[in-house]
Amino acid sequence: MISVPLTHLIKKEFLIEFRQKSTLAGIFVYIISTVFVSALCFKKIINPTVWNALFWVIFLFITINVSSKSFLQETKGKGLFNYIYYNPRHFIISKIIYNMLLMATLSLLTFFFYSWFVGSMVQNMGMYLLCLLFSSTAFSGVLSLMSAIASKASNNISLMAILSFPVLMPLILVSVKLSKFAIDGLAWSVSFKYLLILVMLNFVVIALATLLFNYLWKD
Amino acid sequence: MIKWWKILGALLILYTIVWGLQNSVPRLDILNETIRNVYYHVPIWFAMLFQMGVSVWFAIKQLSKNDLKSDILSDQAAQVGLFFSIPGLLTGCMWAKFTWGTWWTFEDPKLNGVAIAVLIYLAYFILRSSIIDELKRARIAAVYNIFAFVMMNVFIMILPRLTDSLHPGNGGNAKFAQYDMDSNLRTVFYPAVIGWILMSLWILDIKYRMTLLKQKQHED
Repeated sequence: MISVPLTHLIKKEFLIEFRQKSTLAGIFVYIISTVFVSALCFKKIINPTVWNALFWVIFLFITINVSSKSFLQETKGKGLFNYIYYNPRHFIISKIIYNMLLMATLSLLTFFFYSWFVGSMVQNMGMYLLCLLFSSTAFSGVLSLMSAIASKASNNISLMAILSFPVLMPLILVSVKLSKFAIDGLAWSVSFKYLLILVMLNFVVIALATLLFNYLWKD
Repeated sequence: MIKWWKILGALLILYTIVWGLQNSVPRLDILNETIRNVYYHVPIWFAMLFQMGVSVWFAIKQLSKNDLKSDILSDQAAQVGLFFSIPGLLTGCMWAKFTWGTWWTFEDPKLNGVAIAVLIYLAYFILRSSIIDELKRARIAAVYNIFAFVMMNVFIMILPRLTDSLHPGNGGNAKFAQYDMDSNLRTVFYPAVIGWILMSLWILDIKYRMTLLKQKQHED
């Protein structure tokens, strides 16, 4: 095994993504059209719970769509190449970091378009953005591992959704609760407990993903 | 040769069924006689969680030792655990109908947790069935099993403690400990927990041996 530095691997992920701009553009169009469809369907949302729920459902589908690509494009030949050249821990961490950056950006984009088309209801903006950031990092940790598992199994996208939805559920519930607090404009002291849990979930998810990926690595 | 713990498990469950319906229980509003459900509903959930724990234990063993017997045990324990969720749900639904007035509610974090736990293990079996190669299946299923177990525990152990639950003992509802859980209830409750866990181990033992025999038949 030839050891390649972590930064090199992350750079590789970006290079691959930007070389094929069609996937990024596809995600962009996906976000805009989903938000636009929901804006057309709902016209105006007055209930903050509905507003929040709709946002998280849209975001959930976007993240699953995005992250399913991260391992599904690793073909058999590429897999052998990766196995020879890279350290498994570096490999999964680079995937997670790349997904984190991508998803944090996408979550902000989604939030921007959603607020524009459907109307914003958030009263405590700082907390909402913080919640978005930590949720997207935790999502990317879970989904990177799930994508790796799905790609080893049978390479289909439906398996990815089946595997990810149940394990994402605790995360989504915490995020929904925290973001609801932010929408209602509650004080920081009320929601601090949930923010702490979200951060701790981040650590748990990423630690587990890096530990367990070693065993998926060998074929 | 029949092992002593199997007999003990059967006897304990028999004892909880007979004595659980006869001993005196605290008289409480709303709960009334349904308090006896604590002898059946709660131990069955404990047995389910125990089996999920066994499943993860063998998943870890599979990853470290890489032997297929651990994988079979891990798979079968998850099946037994999922099986135990059915009587757990049924007794819970019946109890909820008489105390909360509804079969199911989305308000309660424990109920949601159980629904997710069932979904997680269904996903686990789907994952297993989608991989044909035995060694590969064992490894990938073990990875998913460990990850899913941790997330499930976050869901059913940590999150319910943050919010109010409708279950007795949570969020201002009547606790059993307040109403002498120590004396009368405990004489049946603890044996019931041990009894159901032993029973689940017995089922696991039978299922494991059946799978081994089936494999042997397959090879011949």
